[in-house]
Amino acid sequence: MVILLDFTLTNEKKLFQKTVREFCEKEIKPIASKIDKEEYFPTDLYKKMGKMGLMGMTVPQKYGGAGIDRISYMIALEEISRVCGSTGITVEAHNSLGLGHIYEKGTEKQRKKYLPTLTSGRAIAAWALTEPNAGSDASATQTTAVLDGNEWVINGTKQFITSGDIADVTTVMAMTDKSKGAKGISAFIVEKDTPGFKVGQLEDKLGLRGSHTAELVFDNCRIPKENLLGELGMGFVGAMNILDRGRTAIGAMSVGIARGAFEDALEYAKQRQQFGKPIGKNQAIQWMLADMATEIDAARLLVYRAAYLEDQNVRFTKEASMAKLFASEIAMRTTVKAIQIYGGNGYMREYPLERYYRDIKLCTIGEGTSEVQRMIIARQLGL
Amino acid sequence: MNIIVCAKQVVDVSEMKIDSATKKPILQGVPQKISDIDKNAMEEAIKIKEKHGGKITVLTVGPANAKERIKELLAMGADEGLLVTAPENIDYHMTATLLAEAIKKIGGYNIILCGEASIDMFSGQIGPRLAANLKIPQITYAQSVTAEKDKITADRNMGEQMIITESTYPVLVTVTKEINVPRLPSLMQILASANKPINEITADSLTKNLNPLVQTIDLKGVSMERKNVVYKDDIDESVKQLVNNLAKEGVLRG
Ligand SMILES: Cc1cc2nc3c(=O)[nH]c(=O)nc-3n(C[C@H](O)[C@H](O)[C@H](O)COP(=O)(O)OP(=O)(O)OC[C@H]3O[C@@H](n4cnc5c(N)ncnc54)[C@H](O)[C@@H]3O)c2cc1C
Repeated sequence: MVILLDFTLTNEKKLFQKTVREFCEKEIKPIASKIDKEEYFPTDLYKKMGKMGLMGMTVPQKYGGAGIDRISYMIALEEISRVCGSTGITVEAHNSLGLGHIYEKGTEKQRKKYLPTLTSGRAIAAWALTEPNAGSDASATQTTAVLDGNEWVINGTKQFITSGDIADVTTVMAMTDKSKGAKGISAFIVEKDTPGFKVGQLEDKLGLRGSHTAELVFDNCRIPKENLLGELGMGFVGAMNILDRGRTAIGAMSVGIARGAFEDALEYAKQRQQFGKPIGKNQAIQWMLADMATEIDAARLLVYRAAYLEDQNVRFTKEASMAKLFASEIAMRTTVKAIQIYGGNGYMREYPLERYYRDIKLCTIGEGTSEVQRMIIARQLGL
Repeated sequence: MNIIVCAKQVVDVSEMKIDSATKKPILQGVPQKISDIDKNAMEEAIKIKEKHGGKITVLTVGPANAKERIKELLAMGADEGLLVTAPENIDYHMTATLLAEAIKKIGGYNIILCGEASIDMFSGQIGPRLAANLKIPQITYAQSVTAEKDKITADRNMGEQMIITESTYPVLVTVTKEINVPRLPSLMQILASANKPINEITADSLTKNLNPLVQTIDLKGVSMERKNVVYKDDIDESVKQLVNNLAKEGVLRG
């Protein structure tokens, strides 16, 4: 029998979901508020996640990863982000970007050298593309790398780099041949404590406050010649491939945060009594919740579709951008409505609703703003 | 050390609703899970295996879809599973008989681990019945166990007191949920569990003419009604009244 579409998760995926959910309830949810309020980075949690396979989800087991498919990865990210956005983005940037780039574009030697410690959760990976003058237009990279004998010498500044200050290994995009424009950008692996590599300002953010966001300064930073990641001049193209994958993941993270807010709001609507009945008995509240549920499901399906295409090794640029755009935008609406349903309590830091609301905003900005996603989709439509 | 863990598939009672008119539990669409305390038995089995080596077999009497639950225990660390497919709603006598027959087939075991009771029926009968059927010693309500090469020692939680019991092998031990915290499988273990064998046999192939001794006449949810008494006068006076009333109803005892 040919199955055109199947909307049920396989039993194995259901078990993944259940297991990750239990892990999140037990290990992350109880500290999610502390992570946010105290900008607390729970190092031990990442080691535990490494043991669970969450710190190298789609990397094959021979490099210490879990070797699960992309849909399972999305399932896990949704569950993690449902309880804690900060942990969600840390895990996402590590898996999709830092680790992802080394696995996808690295040589066998580079994979063997870096992946096992990163997948174990004992070390975190960062990924540095954005600069003060190169945000949405990432090809405007001003950081340079010049070959000097057996070493590359990197100069420049990267900004807004997730886990930049704590990462043991960072992938850095730098211009190696300005005359070639975007085709003159290459990727490099820079290890922590390399002379000339400094952590600059740590950002004080609206949300995702438990995730570190740092400025990285390269001042005649010398790295071995073999730390070139991928082919010379292919760093930008490579970064765009990695971002396609990351975008689906930001979609999953958005669905997770939206679901966290929705589930809390639904429960509250059943419990909270006003005018002698639960507020959920009012059509105004029902319609909000009905819209939230519908949009979350639609967003998840877009995320799964993009992840499915990734698993099939076919082009998924448009679908990944659609998933990210839609999921992050509906999640914004969802978190606003969830606060509305909570009334005054929703505004209070005692409840997680205001945290979801602050955390989700990043998802419409990071790894390409909503405007950039629309630009990519339009381009894919032949415009 | 060869260990057999008996695990039951139950409905997730926390997700179960009661029909307010008929008071009957609504079982349709309620997810199934491994009875919680059986997971403690599984965890203890893994710990014993980590210390002494050997093999862990999970044994379930249940419907065909219980295979998925067995997979969960294989992911946790069991080596293989055996499912005895039987009609639902069989009684304790039938379950214990089928377990015993299946275990005779598996053979070569040192320890049988069970939960003290299943979270749906909570009769606590299966462990003791099984030990009796197999004519082996049993230690019930174990809150901690130490397995050595030729004997096992357990602290039995008897509520008011703790009884330390020792037995040689083979032995059946039922555990309480305080004994440990069951581990979660890693994603790698879940993937690997797909390659572990689950054998399936029918109840009929083990024993014929097995009939229930107990008949379930009806199943009804317990409903709790609130009294909705509000004490709103003087606080000292209210506290006094509340304590008095609780004492009168036997909730508080002097
Ligand atoms: C918390 C956080 C974590 C981050 N982590 C990382 C990381 O780990 N690694 C990394 O490399 N980067 C990271 N970033 C950077 C992020 O990817 C950029 O902020 C993002 O791509 C936008 O770039 P920008 O901030 O320079 O905004 P700009 O590019 O300056 O955009 C400003 C506004 O102009 C709009 N705009 C720009 N160009 C166009 C256009 N052509 N058409 C229409 N509108 C346009 C944008 O949509 C936006 O609304 C992170 C950012 C944040 C906030």
